[in-house]
This record gives sequence, structure tokens and C-alpha cells, in this order.
Amino acid sequence: MEDLDKILAHPLDTASILRTRKKLTRLLNEQAAGFPVKRIAILGGSTTDEFQNLLELFLLHAGFRATFYTSAFGLYFEEAAFENPALAAFKPELIYLHTTVKNLNRQAGIDAESQRWEQIWSGLKAYACPIVQNNFDFPGERPLGNLDGILPEGQTHFVRAMNQRFAEHAQGLPELVIQDIHYLSSRIGLDRWIDRKLWYAYKYAVSYEGMVHLGFHLAGIIRGIFGQSKKGLVLDLDNTCWGGVIGEDGLDGIHLGEDDALGEAHRDLQAYAKALSERGIALAVASKNDEANAREGFTHPDTVLTQEDFAAFLANWDPKHENILAISQQLNLSPDAFVFLDDNAMERDLVSTQLPMVDVPDAGDDIATYIDHLDRNGYFEVSSLSEEDTQRGAYYQANQARSELAEAFTDLDTYLASLDMVAEIDHWQDVYLDRITQLTNKTNQFNLTTQRFNREEIAAIAIDTDALTLYGRLKDTFGDNGLVSVVAGRIVRDELHVFLWLMSCRVLKRGMEFAMRDALIEQAQARGLKKIIGEYRESAKNQRVENLYADLGFHHLDKGDDGATWVYDLEGEHATLNQNIKVVPYGI
Amino acid sequence: MEYEEMFSRVEGVFRDIFDDEQLAITRETVADDLEDWDSLNHINLVTALESEFAIRFALGELQGLKNVGDMLDLTQQKTSA
Repeated sequence: MEDLDKILAHPLDTASILRTRKKLTRLLNEQAAGFPVKRIAILGGSTTDEFQNLLELFLLHAGFRATFYTSAFGLYFEEAAFENPALAAFKPELIYLHTTVKNLNRQAGIDAESQRWEQIWSGLKAYACPIVQNNFDFPGERPLGNLDGILPEGQTHFVRAMNQRFAEHAQGLPELVIQDIHYLSSRIGLDRWIDRKLWYAYKYAVSYEGMVHLGFHLAGIIRGIFGQSKKGLVLDLDNTCWGGVIGEDGLDGIHLGEDDALGEAHRDLQAYAKALSERGIALAVASKNDEANAREGFTHPDTVLTQEDFAAFLANWDPKHENILAISQQLNLSPDAFVFLDDNAMERDLVSTQLPMVDVPDAGDDIATYIDHLDRNGYFEVSSLSEEDTQRGAYYQANQARSELAEAFTDLDTYLASLDMVAEIDHWQDVYLDRITQLTNKTNQFNLTTQRFNREEIAAIAIDTDALTLYGRLKDTFGDNGLVSVVAGRIVRDELHVFLWLMSCRVLKRGMEFAMRDALIEQAQARGLKKIIGEYRESAKNQRVENLYADLGFHHLDKGDDGATWVYDLEGEHATLNQNIKVVPYGI
Repeated sequence: MEYEEMFSRVEGVFRDIFDDEQLAITRETVADDLEDWDSLNHINLVTALESEFAIRFALGELQGLKNVGDMLDLTQQKTSA
């Protein structure tokens, strides 16, 4: 599948993809048996047939099999704003509104037109799933010429104003994700985005070339919505982070900074990686170098990245795929969460052969193109940025300090006691629902059931009186780990059936699961319940917690092919298991 | 361009669009002969021919492309112009 990985990534060979789309789809389908199926509704303001085919292709490549509901031609408004039994029966898991400037009514005026779109989104709330909405591309013609973008009556002026409204409105609606086709069409160029012949003959509002880009871009967004975007970037050093070879050229000899063209390009790549780390992407080094030389590079006067920006730093002479696995273990992120950037084609080939789940952009050897390979492939698309994301860099730094401290202790309990851990454990609070949703969708390893819920479903569970919910947030002397654990169960008569139990791998081996367990038992007893039923449902990645319930004092009840059921008897005396964490409620 | 070469490149386009390596076309092949040759695949064929031969069909020419022969003739006319 390496060829497919190359074909279906930046830079897209759109003509070849369009011509062989059917074959590419067939090849991907042949190995898609285990992929999750997603029900996606496309409500179109123009013809969507070939676009849907392309989206199917790119979603398959992203690891999803899609089944589609398609609106009647052009009836996006009617099907969204009013009752729609057919769409309701389809039970969409994501609704995509493919609309363009052709669907914009300037005559209505900005306020009335904004309200019309808000009516659409409020109509779609009933489906309780994420909505992806295109904003507007520029029109292909400007009757007012240059003034079209300047005067209020111009269409391009109107498009800008509407796009601004969309962006503002989306801030207040977590389920609404705006797909910025304004930027996408600008990037491709309007002359290539618009194909008037296709519009007149088939009512396609976007060119075939544009549709390939649109499908690729949307698949990245959808991957993010379903929690499968990339979380880490592994960087090579020589001829990637700087020009030249530091072991041979020395600190004075490498190209970095504005003094020469190459150095400036490498500095800009560093700045892009830095910006990624500031939004929560973990950076790591995998370099064939002596460690001292490698680290020295980041003391260069023009370096943007410093050693502290890296959550893991592996400079040695081991094969790079082994180093990437080591990084994955160090950071508790699975290997498929990484992108690997290297100027050396042999290293890229080795990593993509040995670790096919790692994304390896076919970056070539021209530093001038590297940022595009990271930026255009949609690896890091997320539907929103939480406070957790922007503070993740600080977390990785604190974790390095923890590792150093841990080495000074021989006994785990003494080490844990020295951390002065405080956990805030309480019922799900409104302010945390975004983070609870995010964690629920992206946690794979420490996750007992791997059940995914969208923001609306999480909000509904939070206020359900027949549900018992808990979150846990952990702080210690080194800093705040943020909200790291989520548990939820449904009350059935006098039993609590736990359907969600997960924890971020960043706090493994800290005893947080025991604190959550103690709190759950306390809450269940307070509700007068007799039993807690826990379930382990096996996934490709959660073997780590196969016996968690046994460790928490549950008894084995039943074992099936793909999991097991456990029970905890709430009657009688209960030993608490948490030893090292002080527990406080919300708001303290 | 030799007619045989053009014919084989057009056939290559058909084989890719319909994902059928064995597909054989003739000048007389029409949409009714191929199960998948509907109006949407028709525009896919036309777009792929445009890319293959670096030509553009005009809006008014789309309706006239009823069979493979029409496509070959118009393509030849545009590539030799």
C-alpha cells in the first residue's frame, strides 16, 4: 500500500486520482474489513456524486468505511431546516453541508442571510452529531471589477462578511465545524477551482480538480472529528532541522538562520514545528548522530527550537524505526499517532516499511517543500483546540522532570508520595465537557470499552439522572496534568453498569485508576446501589487494561470472545486502594 | 499522432475509468454497451480524455459525443489542430 500512500497524499496528482479512482477504491476496500463504518449524510447545494466517490476514497485511506445519505439535488436547505424522516432513519454520525458561493443569497442582506444558515444548523441539532459546513469560495466573476471586494454591494465583499459571520457563529456551537473552502480554493487558485463547463452541464459547483482537494481536505477534518488525527511529529536533524551535517560541519558550519537561503528555509521549518508544539503536537527527535553533537545544534544562535521543545530526544546509531518505537513508548502514544519527517529517502523507506502505521510524507530532498508536506496533508486536523492542547508542551516538560526524579527513587511508592499528587474528582461539569469528549474519542490504550461519544451525547449523559459520571484531574509538584480520566455508568435497578472507563496514558503508573475506583464505589453506595458491573471489550489497542477490573478488586463474571464482564459487590466493608493521591471535589 | 496509438490511449482511459483491464472498445461502442457508462461516468471519461490528450472539449461538444467513434474523431481533430 506504499504506492497508495504516495498517490493519496500531497502533492495530489489530481488527474491520475480522478482517472483511477475506481481501482484505488477497490484496492483500499480489499483491506478495509476491520475499519469502523461511519454513516455520513451529504446535503448538497449542487451535484455531489463524484465528490462523494472521492470522499469515500480518501476516508478509506484514512481508515474509515463510509455509508452515505445524499440529499435530493440542491435541497440542502429543505432537508436540513425541516423535519426529515429519511435522514432521521439514516441516523447520521456526521452531516456535511456541501455548499458554495452558488448557494449564497446576497440580495437578502447579511443579517437575513446569516439567519437562514443558522436555521439550518439549528434544524440539524436534532440529529445530535457533528456538522461540517463549507464556508464560501469567491465567485468566478466580479461585475464591479476591482471594486467588487471593496464596496458593500460587491459579491466578493459579501462573501468575506459571511465567512466572518460563520467563523464567529461556530465559536459558540461545538458541534459545528466550518470547512474553510475559502482558503482551500485560494490555495488551488480560483481558475482551477471553478469549471464553468461542469456547472452548466452537470451543476457541479467545483471543478473535478477542486473536488479531489476538497475530498482530501474533508477526510482530514473527519479523521480529526473522530479522534484519529496525529499527535506527534518525529524530526530528523541533519538537512531537516538545519542544513548540513553537524557532526562534520560543526555548529559554525550548519545552515540555520537568515544569513543564507538554505538556513532561512530550515529556520522556517523549525518555526512551523514550534507552532505545532504550541498547539499540542508532541515533537521528538530521531537522528543518527552522537547525542552531544545533536543537542549542540539547538544552541545555535539562530535556532527557533530548543531542547526543551522536544518531548523525546533520541540521537544515536540505532535504526530509526526502533527509535520511533522507543519514542512512542516514552510518550505513551501509539506508533500510529506519529508523522516522521526526514530528508533521507532510505530512512523514510525503512520507517514506512517497518512501521506502516506511521505517516511518512514523501518529502523529497528540497527543504523549500517540507512545510507544505506537513501542512497540506491534514495530519494534525482537529475540530477544536482545548486548553489541554495548548498546555501539552508544559506537560511533556514536567514529565521529563518527573522521569529524572523517578530515577532517584528505588521504590515506586516513595516516589509517588514525593509527587504530592492532588486529584479533583467529581461528576461531569459543563466546563469540562469539551475535554471529556476529546478524551473519550482519542483514548485507545487505557480504555475499557472504546465507546466513542460526540459532544451532544456527552452533554446528554452529563444531565441524565440515570447515569453516574466521574472525571478526574490530576496535579502534582511538577504541574497540572489536566483532566485525564473519565468514567460513566448507567443505573439499572440496583446495579451500576459501567460503559465508559478510560484514562490518558500520560498518567500511567501513578495510581490514578485507584482514586477513580474508590470514588466510583463511594458514589454508587451513596446512590444505594448493590453492585457495579464492569465490562472489558477488547480492541486492537487496549490489552493493557485486560485485567484492570481484577486489579480494582472486581470478580470475574463472564468471558466472551471479545471481552469479559466483571462485578463488584457493594454490600459490606470496602478497602480503599488509593494511597498517594489527595482527592478534592470540583471548584476547590 | 497515429490513429492506432490514439485508439489505444483512449482504450486505456476507458479501462481506468471502469477499472477493467480487459475492456475492449470499438468505434461503435455506445453507453448502452457498458453497464457503468452512465451520464456521470460520461463526464469522468470526457475529463480523463481532456487530461490524457491535453485538450478541452467545448460545452457544446459534450452532447455530440455519443459513441467511441465520436470521441476519437473529435480528439483527433483537436490534437492535430
